[in-house]
Amino acid sequence: MPIDIQKVRADFPILSHTVYKRPLIYFDNAATTQKPLQVIKAISDYYENDNCNIHRGVHYLSMKATEAFEEARKEIREFINAPSTHEVVFTKGASESLNLVAASFGKKFLKPGDEVVTTIMEHHSNFVPWQIICEEKGAVLRVANILADGDLDTRHLYSLISEKTKIIALTHVSNVLGTINPLKEIIAHAHRMGVPVLVDGAQGVAHAKVDVSDLDCDFYCFSGHKMYGPMGIGVLYGKEKWLEELPPYQSGGEMVKDVRIERTTFNELPFKFEAGTPNVEGVTGLRAAVQYLKNIGMEEISLYEDRLLKRAVEGLSSISDMRFYGTAPEKASLVSFLIGDIHPFDAGTIIDKMGIAVRTGHHCAQPLIDHFGIPGTVRASFAFYNTADEIDRLTEAVSRVKRMFA
Amino acid sequence: MTIQEIENQLVDEFAAFDDWLDKYDLILDMGKSLPPIDPKYKTDQYLISGCQSKVWLFAEYRDGKVYFTADSDAIITKGIVSMLISVLSGQAPDAIQSADLNFIDRIGLKEHLSPTRSNGLASMVKQMKLYAMVFKMKS
Repeated sequence: MPIDIQKVRADFPILSHTVYKRPLIYFDNAATTQKPLQVIKAISDYYENDNCNIHRGVHYLSMKATEAFEEARKEIREFINAPSTHEVVFTKGASESLNLVAASFGKKFLKPGDEVVTTIMEHHSNFVPWQIICEEKGAVLRVANILADGDLDTRHLYSLISEKTKIIALTHVSNVLGTINPLKEIIAHAHRMGVPVLVDGAQGVAHAKVDVSDLDCDFYCFSGHKMYGPMGIGVLYGKEKWLEELPPYQSGGEMVKDVRIERTTFNELPFKFEAGTPNVEGVTGLRAAVQYLKNIGMEEISLYEDRLLKRAVEGLSSISDMRFYGTAPEKASLVSFLIGDIHPFDAGTIIDKMGIAVRTGHHCAQPLIDHFGIPGTVRASFAFYNTADEIDRLTEAVSRVKRMFA
Repeated sequence: MTIQEIENQLVDEFAAFDDWLDKYDLILDMGKSLPPIDPKYKTDQYLISGCQSKVWLFAEYRDGKVYFTADSDAIITKGIVSMLISVLSGQAPDAIQSADLNFIDRIGLKEHLSPTRSNGLASMVKQMKLYAMVFKMKS
């Protein structure tokens, strides 16, 4: 069923706010999405009715909260079509998921002279952890280039894979360019070479159906807050065989089976990676977000967002001197641009004063911005609660900026 | 004029506009009227690095007064730089050091001076006061 935009917008209270006496237009969805009432209510319901520490109490509330927590894990398993619930690990967010894999995988598998392959379009979260572990282990980080349109140069990527390669870490969708990487093809190729693949799905999971079984990726990481859920909760999906092999990332309660003075044995998956009291509030909110997305339908979301993107590209292209960064054929619903030589900070400040939230700067992807030799871009990223009318207002705002700085 | 008098004058100028876009038009005009910095000072040595926009700042000391020149790669930043210079340039080190520069807040531009804004302006104010302190110690 096509998206009923009025009904959807009514679910997001923040969208009816005004800023600088103008209706708020929220186009910073790649940074974080807004939350529907269903998510907000799930969190307050949890604290009003179910709050309890989980997994260790024998009393009523604890069992109820534990059950809800594990039901959420099932729901998320189903959402990404993971083979098993014990392959779904809750983390603080995509950054923590990525740090976990880099640290634990690196600790176990990286030796001096080994190589990790990544790409120049990575968010710092999927770049710096690998840089750190490679330096620590004397391994080398190899970085695949992009083509002029912002597509990944897969030929270059493949040329970097050798018997020294221990893992490939790449993003599903570029947070600056919007490029959707051909994951299936890359993963199949990597696996033929015997190399596992980690996917940073922070920008992927909210915009289209993700099926980790079909992708056959070894790890898939994402954040709740970029998919209409709360902040501070994220997911690491990992294939069982890898998660079994990786050493724990953090230690504490919950992640242990048996602690003796001489030695400790660790709990089974996924608890081995979930040290301490988990973010039950976050998991509860994330579950509500997943249910909300399922109700709307990921296919409908993709179709709707594609139409918004098309309208934005058409509208903005009608303005002269526009410079677009990222025009790959397979692209998520965001536009990154500069207006002639106008500094992105200047453009973003004025667009903000027109009530439109966009992001400016390097978007935590400095190697990519340096590659273009620019100070940053203006990025407008869309969600299924945005409207065609809002897109047209962005085009007007950009024209206004151009006139102001002429 | 004293720092306070110049600050009040700036606040009055902005008060004439209701719409934020008009206020920013005024900032742009101020940016354009900023006297250019000598190109030899537009180097990394004089750069105050922010995450998003850059500011170059140079200061000299003549007859008990500090004179600043500056530039930025972003025009809005340059406009605010221009205001800071009109307030502080040509003042005595003591006055510069004790200036609280609340006009930025009164105009409603406080966000631009926030260190989290990462545009170099917060560091610029610190640097201007540091120059004043150094000149005072040397004199």
